[in-house]
Amino acid sequence: VRLSVRLFAGLRERAGAERVEVDVPEDATAADVLRALDLPPRACVVAVNREYAGPNQRVRPGDEVALVPPVSGGAARWRA
Amino acid sequence: MSEAPDGPGAAPDGAAAATDRGPVRHVAITGDPLDAGALLACVSDPRAGAVVLFAGVTREVAALDYEAYVEMAEPYLARIAAEEAARHALSAVAVAHRAGRVALGEPSVLVAAAAPHREAAFTGARAIIDRVKAEAPIWKVEEGPAGRVRVGGMLPSPPRPSPTSP
Repeated sequence: VRLSVRLFAGLRERAGAERVEVDVPEDATAADVLRALDLPPRACVVAVNREYAGPNQRVRPGDEVALVPPVSGGAARWRA
Repeated sequence: MSEAPDGPGAAPDGAAAATDRGPVRHVAITGDPLDAGALLACVSDPRAGAVVLFAGVTREVAALDYEAYVEMAEPYLARIAAEEAARHALSAVAVAHRAGRVALGEPSVLVAAAAPHREAAFTGARAIIDRVKAEAPIWKVEEGPAGRVRVGGMLPSPPRPSPTSP
């Protein structure tokens, strides 16, 4: 199954594109999408149909799939 | 112009009509400058004795440049607003977040929370801005003397697979 995956922020800049195409098995999960793109599990969260997905959530053809790297809304930085 | 829906005769009880609107009065991600007065007007409510407005403002750097996954972030902000309104018994809430370049001193995010009393208004507004920063698919880059620097952030947590009792 070929999926079109939306990219944002640093992932988008590194890829030089707003989307990437990725081939995954028929019964693929969110974790499979990250694996197919050579991304470690903590690099980003997969969003499926505009909801954050756990690693075991199925991804089906026609789903809107996006990679959400660490978010930084609001005006201030996160302080350690 | 036809009669306003909450005008005389439209609802037997004016207070009930106001309640029926639900607490989330306005949610937006916009490229336009944020208007604090307009957001405060959104949370005007006859039950509210306290209104808190939080403004997150660009500081120290020339500008912050925001990117949002708008199709997901806008409904997500609405969900945060609705959940925290219920948790803190807020009468009305409104959230607005900028996209694009926000210059030094300008607000990039506004949260307005109205409640019967000030404690709920403060804690509710605080809970909303904390969750917006940690969960909404929004990113920023600092524009300073060293050029553009991407700001690190928080990895949002997916919802727990099995619901637990409250």
